[in-house]
Amino acid sequence: MVPLSYYLVLGGILFACGVTGFLIKRNIITIFMSIELMLNGVNLSFVAFAAQWKALSGQVFVFFVMVVAAAEAAVGLAIIIAVYRTRETLNVDQVNLLKL
Amino acid sequence: MLHLVLFSIFAVICVAGAVNLLVQRHPINSALSLVVVMGSLAAEYLLLGAEFVAAVQVIVYAGAVMVLFVFVIMLLNAGEEERTRGSRVALLLGIPGMIIGSVLMAWVLLEHSGTPSVEAGALPGPPKTIGWLLFHDYLLPFEVTSVLVLIAIMGAVVLAARPESAKGTREV
Repeated sequence: MVPLSYYLVLGGILFACGVTGFLIKRNIITIFMSIELMLNGVNLSFVAFAAQWKALSGQVFVFFVMVVAAAEAAVGLAIIIAVYRTRETLNVDQVNLLKL
Repeated sequence: MLHLVLFSIFAVICVAGAVNLLVQRHPINSALSLVVVMGSLAAEYLLLGAEFVAAVQVIVYAGAVMVLFVFVIMLLNAGEEERTRGSRVALLLGIPGMIIGSVLMAWVLLEHSGTPSVEAGALPGPPKTIGWLLFHDYLLPFEVTSVLVLIAIMGAVVLAARPESAKGTREV
């Protein structure tokens, strides 16, 4: 028997790690991986709540989140390749075309 | 009791992988620690009884998505990232604020949320039931997602294709 809040705290820790990585990392690929980490934290909360409310819809939603994340990864990595081709760098500090 | 022990083991592995992702400077090390996080999360899903979600997590996330990441890291020959100096405001206000916020959040969740305990395998999610739900109750979202995946594939091809002007110069 594990209290549901343990799962929620674990999901929160993963989400917080994802946010921190998004803010402190300078490599565009690592920033992208932090986004995946955030999605994983949310997925864990989804499954835990599904178990508490005895509603399988939560697990179906996790499936949808995974599909969207996979599509997002494909498009995002294509964008990273396009950025690298034009700017020759993966450092987000140097990708500042839209900066005022 | 065994459930709690297993949960703790995989939770520790999970958090260690997530922290390692932040600490490592080479993107390939971050990618491999993300695989560790996803694998241990699959074990947590199994503990909750979500077997289909656990299998999809391993196949799609730890398998396909992370292979894509590692492939791009190797393709672009990504090196170690250079550290930049963080802003002083972030150090002075951000870190104490984050610590206070997270401790408060964890305290509220652990002590005052009043959520019940979840036993091992609380809600079995076999592929048969999930598939029935997907093709009956969630048929429209399912079809919309398939359109989304199609658009994503086309977008990835268009974005990653070499621009027309550069094609002629590379041909030797």
